[in-house]
Amino acid sequence: MEEYTILRQFADSWMLLLLFVFFIGIVIWVFRPGASKEYKDTANIPFRHADAPAPLRGDDEAAPRAGDKPAESKEASK
Amino acid sequence: MSNYIKLIVLGLVVLFAAIGTNYARDLAYQVHAVLVMLIAGGLFIWTLRNTDEPDILVDRSSEYMDDVIRYGVIATAFWGVVGFLAGTFIAFQLAFPELNFEWAQGYLNFGRLRPLHTSAVIFAFGGNALIATSFYVVQRTSAARLWGGNLAWFVFWGYQLFIVLAATGYVLGGTQSKEYAEPEWYVDLWLTVVWVAYLAVYLGTIVKRKEPHIYVANWFYLAFIVTVAMLHLVNNMTVPVSIWGSKSVIVWSGVQDAMIQWWYGHNAVGFFLTAGFLGMMYYFIPKQAERPVFSYKLSIIHFWALIFLYIWAGPHHLHYTALPDWASTLGMVFSIVLWMPSWGGMINGLMTLSGAWDKLRTDPIIRMMVISVGFYGMSTFEGPMMSIRAVNSLSHYTDWTIGHVHSGALGWNGMITFGALYFLVPVLWKRERLYSLQMVSWHFWLATIGIVLYAASMWVTGIMEGLMWREVDANGFLVNSFADTVAAKFPMYVVRGLGGVLFLAGSVIMCYNLWMTVRKAPAKEASLTVAVPAE
Repeated sequence: MEEYTILRQFADSWMLLLLFVFFIGIVIWVFRPGASKEYKDTANIPFRHADAPAPLRGDDEAAPRAGDKPAESKEASK
Repeated sequence: MSNYIKLIVLGLVVLFAAIGTNYARDLAYQVHAVLVMLIAGGLFIWTLRNTDEPDILVDRSSEYMDDVIRYGVIATAFWGVVGFLAGTFIAFQLAFPELNFEWAQGYLNFGRLRPLHTSAVIFAFGGNALIATSFYVVQRTSAARLWGGNLAWFVFWGYQLFIVLAATGYVLGGTQSKEYAEPEWYVDLWLTVVWVAYLAVYLGTIVKRKEPHIYVANWFYLAFIVTVAMLHLVNNMTVPVSIWGSKSVIVWSGVQDAMIQWWYGHNAVGFFLTAGFLGMMYYFIPKQAERPVFSYKLSIIHFWALIFLYIWAGPHHLHYTALPDWASTLGMVFSIVLWMPSWGGMINGLMTLSGAWDKLRTDPIIRMMVISVGFYGMSTFEGPMMSIRAVNSLSHYTDWTIGHVHSGALGWNGMITFGALYFLVPVLWKRERLYSLQMVSWHFWLATIGIVLYAASMWVTGIMEGLMWREVDANGFLVNSFADTVAAKFPMYVVRGLGGVLFLAGSVIMCYNLWMTVRKAPAKEASLTVAVPAE
């Protein structure tokens, strides 16, 4: 078979399936149990470390700095 | 030691550019060779003067690298005004052809200035905004200083050089005639080097991040950097005619070349003007609204759906051409499916304000960001609709397309960038607040009315000329000549130009406001409380 036909056949079958399964897999993975709790923390990343990087050594939980705004969860503000 | 290597390289570049100046086969190449020779020569002297000086090593790992971002903010504002000015001028050139001055024929006529305008707003204004904000966002969301030390400076200045080479090249006739990819082969090569450095700085910072998770804005920025690299390489596969000239020949031919060009062109929209700016949206809207993004789950699905779909949408630029029908149908179908992630993302951005809608009344910056997301929704509705073959048969080659592009570029990209600049300047220069919120309001209304004038006049003239082109009489002859449509469009062209004037005026007000913020606004308290030992 010529090159084009081989590539085209592969793209129309296995590659299509792979990409489709990958995408569906992501959608399922996003809704896995426990995801909400984790994403709540991730969604708050912009509200940490606004003024300076996390210290290289020491505890990972850097003390909040003057400029850092506390992130409010949506539930709390309702 | 590294200075010696730098000196050798710079010396060779100066030598090569000097030879290039002598043997140059065309004007654009010659001017660029002189430019490169002067810049490399200046750098050579600067490096030489700093060689064998004692190194003062300061540990800056405890602070963010913000000076390069400050430069980026200034460059964004500057190129923005330049690009808007060029756009307004060429809009009036279309309305009043006398503005194609006789004495400047071949340099400042519409054909030469049009790519200057598009590149200035997309790559200079948009590109600088993306580089600056991505450096800001990746540091804050990774809790780490930029990786690579002065490499970030190389990215910034290297990108400015790319812009200058591209812009002067267009005016002097150095172009490969591919829309949004006009720069010739040596400028393309230079951009490739700069872009690889950009990717390295960005990835390096993400790798050394302190946050366990990569925040969603970084995913969008990263998709933008990687995809633009791929598009750039494939669409610029050219063989230079001579190493001493700017002319090059593309390796693709015929319909394949057309397909690759619009695969590039549409994904420049999809990944440069959409994915990158969505990265901005996902950071600056939550920051300005002071609340996390509406749904983080939706943002992940938004990301993967957007990048999986956008890459296929290009063929809708080639309806009714030599491109096979199946390919343009594929592009059309994927464009329509794109409605879903686009609107999902728009809803995610808008709903971030749920519970804080009152800020719209008090905060003109959030108003700017919200209207930008609104324009994003509007133009991502309009785009898929125009990609439908039947609609395209009316809209293609008309001003409707130009109106569509500008509601996206001025409304979505422009407004979100203005919002980000208003957020960034007080933070980066450690000011308490902006100089004047009233001026932000003025900017907001001038820009919004300008876009409305622009988009509305282009809808009218676009649909009108589309209908005039296809109008046939009872015997099947065309009713209108091309010149008839041009004459009929005149009033709308004037309105479009006025819209551009309003948008430009708003951006000048922004520059003044930002300048006065740095000069006059009160400094932030925190910056004054640096501990000074009492002696």
